[in-house]
Amino acid sequence: MRPLLSDHIVCREIYRKMRLIRRFEERVVELVNRNEIAGTTHEYSGQEAVAVGVCTVLEPEDVITSTHRGHGHLIAKGGDVRRMMAELLGRSTGYNRGKGGSMHIADLSLGIFGANGIVGAGVPIAAGAAWSSKIKKVGRVAVAFFGDGGANQGVVHETMNIAGIWQLPLVFVCENNQYAVSTRVTYATAGSSIAARASGYGFPGCIVDGMDVGAVMEAAQDAVSRARSGNGPTLLECQTYRFHGHFTAERALGIRYRTESEVEMWKRRDPVNSWGACLEELGYLNGAERDKLDDEVDKLLDEAVEYARSSPWPEQAEALEHMYVTRYPGLPAATSL
Amino acid sequence: MNRQLNYLQALREALIFEMRRDPNIVVLGEDVRISLRGVTRGCYEEFGPERVWDTPISESAFVGLATGGALAGLRPVVEFQIGTLLYIALEQMVNQAQKLRYMTGGQAKVPVTYLVPGSGARPGLAGQHCDHLYPLLLHGGMKVVIPSTPYDAKGLFTAALREDDPVILFAPAALLGAKGPVPDEETYVPLGKAEIKRTGRDVTIVAVGPCVAEALKVAERLEKDDIAIEVLDPRTLLPFDQSALEASVRKTGRLIIFDDSSRTCGFAAEVGARAAETLFAHLKAPVVRITRADVPVPFSIALDKHVLPGTDSLEQAIRQLMGKTASPKLAAS
Repeated sequence: MRPLLSDHIVCREIYRKMRLIRRFEERVVELVNRNEIAGTTHEYSGQEAVAVGVCTVLEPEDVITSTHRGHGHLIAKGGDVRRMMAELLGRSTGYNRGKGGSMHIADLSLGIFGANGIVGAGVPIAAGAAWSSKIKKVGRVAVAFFGDGGANQGVVHETMNIAGIWQLPLVFVCENNQYAVSTRVTYATAGSSIAARASGYGFPGCIVDGMDVGAVMEAAQDAVSRARSGNGPTLLECQTYRFHGHFTAERALGIRYRTESEVEMWKRRDPVNSWGACLEELGYLNGAERDKLDDEVDKLLDEAVEYARSSPWPEQAEALEHMYVTRYPGLPAATSL
Repeated sequence: MNRQLNYLQALREALIFEMRRDPNIVVLGEDVRISLRGVTRGCYEEFGPERVWDTPISESAFVGLATGGALAGLRPVVEFQIGTLLYIALEQMVNQAQKLRYMTGGQAKVPVTYLVPGSGARPGLAGQHCDHLYPLLLHGGMKVVIPSTPYDAKGLFTAALREDDPVILFAPAALLGAKGPVPDEETYVPLGKAEIKRTGRDVTIVAVGPCVAEALKVAERLEKDDIAIEVLDPRTLLPFDQSALEASVRKTGRLIIFDDSSRTCGFAAEVGARAAETLFAHLKAPVVRITRADVPVPFSIALDKHVLPGTDSLEQAIRQLMGKTASPKLAAS
């Protein structure tokens, strides 16, 4: 067992974070269904082991870019669930002051260079952070999260090529949750695997069990060490599954493309429960302690929802603010003179 | 200020001066080390491989790279070898780099300068190389600079490089060899300040980029017919110097916009709409646009003059506005 995984405190924190992501998403679904959250969200439930496994091995100054399914990455990198929830409710205390919403939450001070509404678009941005680290020799590593859908975007391939030739301190983390909306990865992906594509760009790629946080951490630790020591990028294809639909309202709309038995099969491998059970088995956490952790998580989320609900809406004047660092007369244009 | 430089040399001087001043400025793009386009000539030799990066032909990726680098503290300069390559990279430029500050509630700062040397029509290259895409960037809210003289090229490039927001600088192909006075020392032309390149009482011509010198030629020709043209060069399209437009049109009462972007929803349409909203009472005649036709630039030199905004069309429009139609046939454009 790797040193991190023999540390009780680290292992319990991994459990707490995964549980926090799962319960956060359950709250979000409730709030979307109550129309307290406008639009739609993309729940991360089922994929928790990937975000937490990867972010646990990162340093605070390391950078991540996330996806449209980003809540898990943000929480795993240290995002404040109160400000996340406030953003989802469109309040002025939200991370983006209500200008981004679910698909755009960022906390630059934590190295979270943003969730992203366009599939694959965050990948070159993470590479830019890695590129700057290489230029400035600051030892910072960047992680680009993307999905099996993103693996087929041109800009992701362009970025892999550049990361390969420049040996950027970058880790590509592909969360293969088996479906790009309704399109199966096996249908949409040529070649033997997404991980195998790395060899075409001259760096290692491997398939990782994305339902097992320990396996993700081990693979991520290797990849991050490689990057930090100047040996270039790695591609991790984490095999995982989303327990919800592509977006919140999918079930209600009657959209079906997965069998119940397939969903049930993956749910039996629930990464949060299995890690909790594993810690109990190892004696790192007893049943009462686990219940206490779970209660703390729920209390934190109660507070987050309450914080968001009681936060003010953004002022009207803010609609035209934050467009530019340097403003000029007449900029930005309003809806009329 | 007797020293003469061409436009390209003026751009290069601004870049090298700023790179010496600010170690966070890095250049990336296609063939920038040998400097195919000429702006970055000497940069690789002086600043080395960590400041000047040749990229593979991957416009979307290297624009995204610049955004991530900027968020992490660099001040990247992205050179596009051909202006129409912007089409490939628009998602990363507009949907990512330009929107990030607003969408993060003011957290993000993206100080990237996009440089487009040789923008617009170039003889013999045809439609896929010749579009002048600034309207698309304006729609995205990006700051757009298009200098018309070597002096402005040096001064506005300097200002763009110091701006903390994304700025795109178009350096029109028709102007790269143009010579003019350029000071030796640091030269700074602020964004958002138009310049009256020629004063006149009769007609205001808002001329953009390569159209400025053409408008000045027409103005000179018409002097003998006692038509006094005012040539207003906005220099930066966003921010746009609304007060300069208003002051000039209040004086002349006539407005022609002479612009090398598309006719439909092009920059001329924006200036015309502004005039309609704010200067209606001062206008003695309808606003006139002389623009590109809404077709790709054709290859044949027999055709392109019927597509690009030309001095003949401009002169005829002016004469008609002044009620002194010299030619019976008003230009089709």
